[in-house]
Amino acid sequence: MPESHPNFEVPSQLEAEIDEVITHYPEKRSASLMVLHALQDHFGFLSKEAIEWAAQKLELQPINLYELVTFYPMFHEEPVGTYILKICRTLSCAVNGAHRLHHHVCERLGLDPNSHASQTTPDGRITVEYAECLASCGTAPVMMCNAAFYENVSNEKADDVIEECGNNGDTETENKEDV
Amino acid sequence: MTNVTAERQEKSAVETVSVWIDGQAYDVPKTMPHPVSGEQVGTTMIQACHMHGIDVPYYCYHPKLPVAGNCRMCLVEFGTPALGPDRQPLYNEDGSPQIRKSPRPVIACATPISPGMAIYTQTPEAKQMRESVLEFLLINHPLDCPICDQAGECKLQEYAVDYGKADSRFVEQKVHKPKQVDLGPRIMLDDERCILCSRCIRFTRDIAGDDALGFADRGSYSILTNYPGKPFDNNYTLNTADICPVGALTSKDFRFQMRVWFLKETKSVCTSCGTGCNIMIGSRNDRIYRYTPRENDAVNSCWMCDYGRLNYKWINREDRLREVQQRRDGAPAKTNWSVALKEVAERIESSPSGSIGVVASARLTNEELYLVRRLVQDKDAITDSVPRMGEADHLLVDADKNPNTNGAHATGIAAKKVGADIATIADRIRQGKIKTLLVFGEDVTKHGIEADLLKELDTLVVSDILPNATTERADYLLPGCAHAEKRGTFTNAKGRVQKFMKAIEGPGDARPEWEFLHELVQRKTHDGGSANLPALFNEMAEQVPAFHGLSWGELKDTGAQASL
Repeated sequence: MPESHPNFEVPSQLEAEIDEVITHYPEKRSASLMVLHALQDHFGFLSKEAIEWAAQKLELQPINLYELVTFYPMFHEEPVGTYILKICRTLSCAVNGAHRLHHHVCERLGLDPNSHASQTTPDGRITVEYAECLASCGTAPVMMCNAAFYENVSNEKADDVIEECGNNGDTETENKEDV
Repeated sequence: MTNVTAERQEKSAVETVSVWIDGQAYDVPKTMPHPVSGEQVGTTMIQACHMHGIDVPYYCYHPKLPVAGNCRMCLVEFGTPALGPDRQPLYNEDGSPQIRKSPRPVIACATPISPGMAIYTQTPEAKQMRESVLEFLLINHPLDCPICDQAGECKLQEYAVDYGKADSRFVEQKVHKPKQVDLGPRIMLDDERCILCSRCIRFTRDIAGDDALGFADRGSYSILTNYPGKPFDNNYTLNTADICPVGALTSKDFRFQMRVWFLKETKSVCTSCGTGCNIMIGSRNDRIYRYTPRENDAVNSCWMCDYGRLNYKWINREDRLREVQQRRDGAPAKTNWSVALKEVAERIESSPSGSIGVVASARLTNEELYLVRRLVQDKDAITDSVPRMGEADHLLVDADKNPNTNGAHATGIAAKKVGADIATIADRIRQGKIKTLLVFGEDVTKHGIEADLLKELDTLVVSDILPNATTERADYLLPGCAHAEKRGTFTNAKGRVQKFMKAIEGPGDARPEWEFLHELVQRKTHDGGSANLPALFNEMAEQVPAFHGLSWGELKDTGAQASL
């Protein structure tokens, strides 16, 4: 169930962007994913209020968007950390140590290594979750930190990424090929 | 030339094409109306099969809903006419067309027919596909039919008899999902039983016009859901429990009250408004357990509103009138029908012309209103009914909350503007002109004839079902029956005359109004009249112009149009 977001308000600039995105599609409904992404990029997650706002914007019922939000794992219904670590667990990564990597990252961050669910550190800084195929089977295991993509991730490499999340005050990580 | 003309004429009429179903040739219309838009769209294989009585099993398909094609139960094999190098059809030696069988099956619900197509519903392959689909559906479905409320009217159960295996091959853990999910005020959901057919989603979106349901968490843990915090509460939600092929959606009112196989089903009509939705009454041991809609494309399709469906509990109320009473020395005292009817008939007979007023409810049947008319027709009586106007909606609910206003008009009981003459009746009681008032099924104290005014009367005859301020003041109280306790007909808001049958017995001494009205008329006119309901209807049809040409037998289950 999507979390509530008290005093939810869409800034006018974001609303203008969303209105513009909607014009790219022949039907408003077709813009659903783009609008949801725009809201999530801004607020960090898709609250009940955000879904209802988007539904009204797209002239849909909230249930129509709720179906999408619950289907796509990359949409979050509750607040997530400033940094989201997505560890791929599809076949190639799984056989190349994705679970070992996940275990290591969780232990280091004080999270439950056996949980398959999305988990966030108590300080709200880092969220760790599994992802399905990130499309780089040749360099497994792979993971993402926000928009940055990391290949052949060893425990040490993961430590470096986490280190950087700790030091970097900026919410946007640069899009790096490798560390 | 004549041939060309004939051909053209044929084309302008309903165009039919010939298809082969299980080796037999059938003619089917090329197009049929879309269940929601009404637009002509290509006839599908399943429609072609069903219209000729050939069974193709299905879960997600519903004749009144748009096609979703997700359950795969209706998979069939098919083929198309084989053509030679000259693009001309090839024929077998016996003259039948050669068919090129498709290597792949198709779902019959979503595949349009084409001329000469051959559909195979009974091949070993078709049966095996059904067995496989059913086996998949049962992997995660609980196998606890004995405690499921749907048992007895469950498509999974029914098809398991036809296509099921004796043992499950599934040895892993079943997926568990939420149970007893409160979807709305009248609907309970069991997600484990849901087979994700989406009939309910399509119904509420496309028929009820409330896009309120959807699938969340798609994948192994898919669930049907409303939007969190937005209860599923439109006035048509209970139809989803009807069309749910399994025990996922259940009526909170009916669930676990009665095993469906114990219910006696009686064809009837809903009385909550002028639409007159056709219903089936489910009863056992003279108690009503539920109403369900009964298909009538001229009236309600397959649906009914939640209000009408749940408006049956008053019939089983404890305080129903069950005694014939006569006021003696100012107090009501129990009497019997023969005494009461004899005296009432005498009082009416001895009343001077113009001294009788009648308020007869538009909830009475056509036959009853006809008899009321006959009872007072030589007495220059003022008669009327009580209006009951409310809100209409976009689908089935009519603004008129009386089920038989048109009957009250046709039989000459109601004033042109229903209720307009009640004030006149009240005035004439006040003036001492009306000394006898006959009231059928209304509490007149709430509709313009105050309780004090009733004291001015010499005789107040009241027939009703439940006690009220008018029944309390009756000199003769005649307990009547609910529609479920008698036979009769109503004329709905569009002038359709629809009959209903008796489901249960009335309580105590209560009798159907038409029975005692018939007796009163007989005593008064010394005319034998029609002592049974079908004969009475036919008599009325002869006497009342609006019903000319109708007969009880020809009303059949779905009624006929009156000429109003």
